[in-house]
Amino acid sequence: MVGEVALPPSDAPVVGRDRPGAPLLQVTDLCVDFPTLDGVVHAVRGVSFTLVDKGVLAIVGESGSGKSVTSLAIMGLLPKTARVSGSIMYRGTELLGMSDKDKADLRGRELAMIFQDPMTALNPVYRVGWQLAEAVRAHQDVSWKQAHRQAVSLLARVGIPNPEERARDYPHQFSGGMRQRVVIAMAIANDPDVIVADEPTTALDVTVQAQILETMEALRRSTSAAMILITHDLGVVAGSADHVLVMYAGRPVEVGTVDDVYYRPRMPYTVGLLGALPHLDRSHSGRLVPVVGAPPSLINLPPGCPFSPRCPIATERCQAEEPELRLVGVDHQSACHYAENVPAMARERLGSAAEPG
Amino acid sequence: MEAPALTVPAILSVRDLVKHFPLPHGEVVHAVCGVTFELHAGETLGLVGESGCGKSTTGRTVLRLLPATAGEVVFEGIDLATKSRRQLREVRRDLQVVFQDPYASLNPRMPVNEIVAEPLKIHGLYGRQGQARVRELLQLVGLNPEHGNRYPHEFSGGQRQRVGVARALALDPRVIVLDEPVSALDVSIQAGVVNLLEDLQEQLGLAYLFIAHDLSVVRHISDRVAVMYLGKIVETGTRDDIYERPVHPYTQALLSAIPLPDPQRERRRERIMISGELPSPVHPPSGCRFRTRCWKAQERCAEEEPALIDRGHGHPAACHFPELLDRLYG
Repeated sequence: MVGEVALPPSDAPVVGRDRPGAPLLQVTDLCVDFPTLDGVVHAVRGVSFTLVDKGVLAIVGESGSGKSVTSLAIMGLLPKTARVSGSIMYRGTELLGMSDKDKADLRGRELAMIFQDPMTALNPVYRVGWQLAEAVRAHQDVSWKQAHRQAVSLLARVGIPNPEERARDYPHQFSGGMRQRVVIAMAIANDPDVIVADEPTTALDVTVQAQILETMEALRRSTSAAMILITHDLGVVAGSADHVLVMYAGRPVEVGTVDDVYYRPRMPYTVGLLGALPHLDRSHSGRLVPVVGAPPSLINLPPGCPFSPRCPIATERCQAEEPELRLVGVDHQSACHYAENVPAMARERLGSAAEPG
Repeated sequence: MEAPALTVPAILSVRDLVKHFPLPHGEVVHAVCGVTFELHAGETLGLVGESGCGKSTTGRTVLRLLPATAGEVVFEGIDLATKSRRQLREVRRDLQVVFQDPYASLNPRMPVNEIVAEPLKIHGLYGRQGQARVRELLQLVGLNPEHGNRYPHEFSGGQRQRVGVARALALDPRVIVLDEPVSALDVSIQAGVVNLLEDLQEQLGLAYLFIAHDLSVVRHISDRVAVMYLGKIVETGTRDDIYERPVHPYTQALLSAIPLPDPQRERRRERIMISGELPSPVHPPSGCRFRTRCWKAQERCAEEEPALIDRGHGHPAACHFPELLDRLYG
């Protein structure tokens, strides 16, 4: 079980099982705005978390919740028009405002990214082996020949059969699952400490997804890299992450261990998400409970809690005052004025589903 | 809800449906290869499988949006293949479709009122009552009729899909083919559309052919389920047959591969991993099409195609060596 160790001085949740040691990645009050013709889009509005060695943090949320923008901000891949504030510290070094050259040096070697769509993440006109060798040579002072040898062994590590031959193929000659393996091979090419995986299996069929998740888990064990897993799939999170950060309208609304968030949710939105899911392993258990309404526009956010228009337990206070993320248990935070009333609501909505199975 | 007794004649019956797509150099994509199923009034048949299994092509061929290469689609006793274009138009009043992408399937230049009125106008049913009928339809799918003069882009994804459903309902159909109707929607929105489909079915006695890759949604909504792999149905039965007592290795692997939103179960769950990916439908494997990825495959599987029959488990499966499996969900 998790959660017996005292919290660090920072309010941000700590991720990972072995608490001691300097934070690997510390994100504090990250905000990202995009000026558009219609007004300023407040895509991320104050995200804070700490990732320590070997931790797996899942950031979950629906479309437009700001989860992908958060990951791009960490990787320094946001377009120039984005206005970013807050702090992203990697082993004590501030990444925000870093020069492009320093960022490029860090990217791939320390922080690597796995993208959702392997077809666009790979260059269609270069052989896969060459692309991998290029990634190796970007950070290691080795000959092309050596880099190519490394590329072949990387392909073998991610479970691509006949790596020697496949290194000579172009991306279109690979199936979707194999292509995603190549993207993963590229991410681990320089043994990074943090891997940001943005919907790594969303484009794949379930049987292939299971293979890729297994490969990622095996690699994580063998490389000791920490991971930020961005996804909308609550099933993938349950099996892969230690901690979960639930995002809504650009903010974290609940943060905690997977068990706390799934079995003891303290934010009505999380309860809503869990209640809306149909269950593979249960016979028809009555109607699904949708979350009424739609997420708010990130241009004209109403004052107060952004979830309040859809929340079954919202009061006037919720419409006036946006709740801060606060501790509601050891290692468990919720941004709800009435987090104490959520367990009763969850029991009513989720029934036995709220209990560990 | 249990599946209706089989003595009731089927409203739609599909027999040995085949759909091939020719490629240059005389090759052929074997998209659908002898699919047979029946759909009864008021029930939902879930057609599931991974991408490339032929489930959407099956749906489109059933509707004759694509001409079948061979086989029959019999609606209320009449083979659709024998119908002329004009006669087909009549049948389509009863046989409607909702597509996956609510962004691509609604004309962005048409206000929602007109989108929903279009089928009525095409069939000459708009007339004086038309406007009232459109309002009624919008209300039926949970949209505000006052918003009928808005354009699709002014609606959210879930609302757009409701417009698609309203359009499908305009002609009072008896069967609706739902091709991945909720897979483009976020979960919190998806549940509302699923509930709507269930309510409409009950109110209007509709039969659904529900095509989807999300097996959790299919379990929730279907009375019966057919699992497809590489152009063929490999196992079919009642919902509980498929989800509680699957005997085909592919069905088992598919169910086992899906991550459950339940951390403790996920931690102790052991997955059936199948290696590799879908073989090319241009050159499907001989015998059983799943044999190249199956852990049970033997020589016989390459030589002899297993028929889709009940081998003593209470429902049909196309496997020479079907068997029950414990603890699929951990």
